[in-house]
Amino acid sequence: MTRQLLLGDEAIAQAAIDAGLSGMYAYPGTPSTEIMEYIQSSGIASERKIHREWSSNEKTAMEAALGMSYAGKRSMVAMKHVGLNVAADPFINAAITGVNGGMVVVSADDPSMHSSQNEQDSRFYAGFAFIPCFEPSNQQEAYDMVFDAFELSEKYNIPVMIRITTRLAHSRSGIILADYQVPEKKLKLPGDPVQFVLLPALARKKYRKLLKIYESVKYDTRISRYNLFRDGRKREMGIIASGLAYNYLMENLDGKDYNYPVLKISAYPYPVDLIKEISSRCREILVIEEGYPFIEEGLRGILDEGNKILGRLDGTLPRDGELNPSHVAKALGLHVGHGQKVPDIVKQRPPSFCKGCGHADMFNALIEAIAPYGPGHVFSDIGCYTLGALPPYNAINSCVDMGASVTMAIGAADAGLFPSVAVVGDSTFTHSGMTGLLDAVIKDSRVTIIISDNSTTGMTGGQRSQATGRLEQICLGIGVDPVHLRIIIPLRKNHEENIHIIKEELEYKGVSVIISARECIQTASRKKKAKSKIRNRAEGELGEAIRNYEE
Amino acid sequence: MKNDIILSGVGGQGILSIAAVIGLAAVENNLCFKQSEVHGMSQRGGDVQSHFRLSDKPVWSDLIPLGEADLIISAEPMESLRYLPWLSKKGWLVTNSNPFVNIPDYPPVEGILDGIRKIKNNIIVDADKMAKESGSARSGNIVVLGAASHFINMPFISLENAVRKLFGKKGDEVVNVNLKALNAGRDYTNTIIRG
Repeated sequence: MTRQLLLGDEAIAQAAIDAGLSGMYAYPGTPSTEIMEYIQSSGIASERKIHREWSSNEKTAMEAALGMSYAGKRSMVAMKHVGLNVAADPFINAAITGVNGGMVVVSADDPSMHSSQNEQDSRFYAGFAFIPCFEPSNQQEAYDMVFDAFELSEKYNIPVMIRITTRLAHSRSGIILADYQVPEKKLKLPGDPVQFVLLPALARKKYRKLLKIYESVKYDTRISRYNLFRDGRKREMGIIASGLAYNYLMENLDGKDYNYPVLKISAYPYPVDLIKEISSRCREILVIEEGYPFIEEGLRGILDEGNKILGRLDGTLPRDGELNPSHVAKALGLHVGHGQKVPDIVKQRPPSFCKGCGHADMFNALIEAIAPYGPGHVFSDIGCYTLGALPPYNAINSCVDMGASVTMAIGAADAGLFPSVAVVGDSTFTHSGMTGLLDAVIKDSRVTIIISDNSTTGMTGGQRSQATGRLEQICLGIGVDPVHLRIIIPLRKNHEENIHIIKEELEYKGVSVIISARECIQTASRKKKAKSKIRNRAEGELGEAIRNYEE
Repeated sequence: MKNDIILSGVGGQGILSIAAVIGLAAVENNLCFKQSEVHGMSQRGGDVQSHFRLSDKPVWSDLIPLGEADLIISAEPMESLRYLPWLSKKGWLVTNSNPFVNIPDYPPVEGILDGIRKIKNNIIVDADKMAKESGSARSGNIVVLGAASHFINMPFISLENAVRKLFGKKGDEVVNVNLKALNAGRDYTNTIIRG
C-alpha cells in the first residue's frame, strides 16, 4: 500500500496516469493548473510518452482530447470553471457524438472567486449536456473517481465530468494509491465511421440515443458507492450533503450522537430514489452543497410542495460564496465558535505587481500617454495585467473574459470612442485575442492594441505561453500594417520614448498593435535558479533578477 | 490529539515551506493531516494563509472552524491579526515582528504590535535578525516555525528531520543554516515561556 501526500489536483493527475491515460490537455487556470503540471513533471508520464503539452485555450484542449478519444485512447482535459464556457461547444457536442476511448473532463470551480470573475457551478453544465458527473468530497475520492470515470465513460461511450472546487484542488492529504496500473489502450478507430459526424439527420438520432443512455446512467449513479444513504433515528430533519460539503457536515457531526438520516451525493445525475427515500422519512430536508443550490433547486421545483427544504435558497446557508464548517454548524443549530474580531488597524492587502514587473512600466507609460483624452478608454481582460485596475494605476476599465479587451475595444470604437485601447497579455492574446484582431484588421477599426508580452502565462505560475517568439509574425500574418506594429521595451529608462510611441499610435485612425515585450520577473528569476537545479514555486527569490532590471 | 494551525503571511514569504516542514514531520509521526493552501492571484504580494490540521484521527474538513485554531504562525505581524477569528481562547499567536510593507496605508508597526500583545498567549520574535545571525536572511520563516514549535504536538526532532529532508537537495550549508534558524526560534520562546 503506497500512501502519497497530494493536492486534490495532483491526486486526479496521478490517478489519470495510473488509469492508463494517453493524453492530457489543458490551458492553465486557477484552481486547475496543477493537474497538467503534475503530469508534466511525472517520470512515468515521461517514460510512457503521455501527451502533456499545454493547449492554446480550453476549446482546443477539449477538441484535442476528443480526437485522442476518437483514436481509441484515454484522454483527460482539465480547466477552470470559466474555461468550460470557452470549451462549451465541443463539450456539449461530445456528449452527442459520444467517445471511443474514455474521456474525462475535469472542471475546477472557484466558489468565493478567489482567482476568478464568477463562481459558476459546473454541475449545471454536466446536467445540461447529459454528461455524468462525479464530485469528490476528499482527495482520496478524487483519486478513486478518475478510475470509475474512465470506466463509466467507456461503458456508455460518453464523456464524464469530474467537478472539483478550489478547496479540494489546493488542499493536501495522504492518498492511498492503486496497487496496479491500467495499461494504455491501443490505437483503434470507432466502429461506426460516422459516429463523430453531427449532420442534422445523424445528430437527431444520436441525441435520442444520448437521452436513453442518460436514463441508464441514472441507474449507475443510484447504485454508485459515492452516493451513500445512512439512516438515522431522527425524523425531524434529514440531511443531503454533496461533495466537499459532506466533510463540513461530518466535521460537525462525527463523534456525536446526532442520528440524522444523511444522504451523501457525489455522483450525478443525482439519485432521485434515494432523495425520495430520505424525504419520505423526514419532515425537513437540509441541503448542503458547495457552489450553486443545484440539488436544492431540483428538490424545490416550481410548486415547492412537500417537505420543508432548508439550504442556500431560504437563508439557512449563505446564498453565495464558499462554505465552511462554521456555516454548516450554524445550519445544524450547533454552537458556532468565534475567536476575536480582526482589529480595525488591519488593512487590506490586495495582490499587486511584483517589484520590477514589466506590466507596471507599460501601464506607467500608457497612463501618461492617454491622459489628455480623459478616463474610460482602456479595455483589458484576464491576466496579471488585470492588476492595472487597482490603485495607484486605475488604468483599465474592463475585465470580462479572455480576449474581450480586443473585441470590446472594437465595439466601443464602432460606437465612436476614440482612442479605443486594448491591453491584453501574450498568452491571453493567443488564447482568444487573435480572432478579434482579425475582425479589427478586416474592418480597419480605430483601435490600439497593446500586447503586454511577458513571454509566459504569469498569473497561474509561469507556464509556457504559446505566443512566445511568434507575436510579430502572428500580427503581420493577420494583416496588421507593419508601420503600425511597434515594439517597446517596458523599462524605466525607456519611459519617455515609450510614451512617445504609444501617443503616436493612439492618434492613428486604424489598427495599430504595440508589443510591450519584457520577460516576467518571476520566470526570469526562476530560470536563473534552474541553473542550480532548485525550484520552489512558493518562494520566488527575486533580488538578483530585480537588480538586473533596475537601472 | 488535534492541532489546528493557521499559517499566515504575504505571498512569497515562505508560508508553504513552513507547511512542508510540518507536513514532513507529520508523516514521520504517522499522523493524519489536511493542509489547504492558496495558489493563484493572491500569491502576487497579497495576503496568504494556509490551514494545517494535524490529528491522530482522519481529518474531515480542509478548513479550520472559527474559534478552534490552536496556533497562528505568521511570517508578518499585521497578517497574524487577520486570522484572530479562528484563534481559540487558549490558542497561541507566534509572529515575526518585522512588517512587510507593500501597501501605501500600512499602519504604524507599534499599533500592530500592541494589538498582538493584547492576545493572551503571544510570542513576537525578531525573525529577520535571527535569520541573518543564523546565516541567511531568507530563513525568517523557519525562525518563526522554531519559535512556534513548543505548541506543535510533535517531537522537536521530527521538525529538525523535516528541515533536513526539505532542504537536503540544496546542500549541507542550506540545511545547517535552517537548522540553526529553527533552533534560534525555539530558544527564543524557551526564554519567554520559562522566564
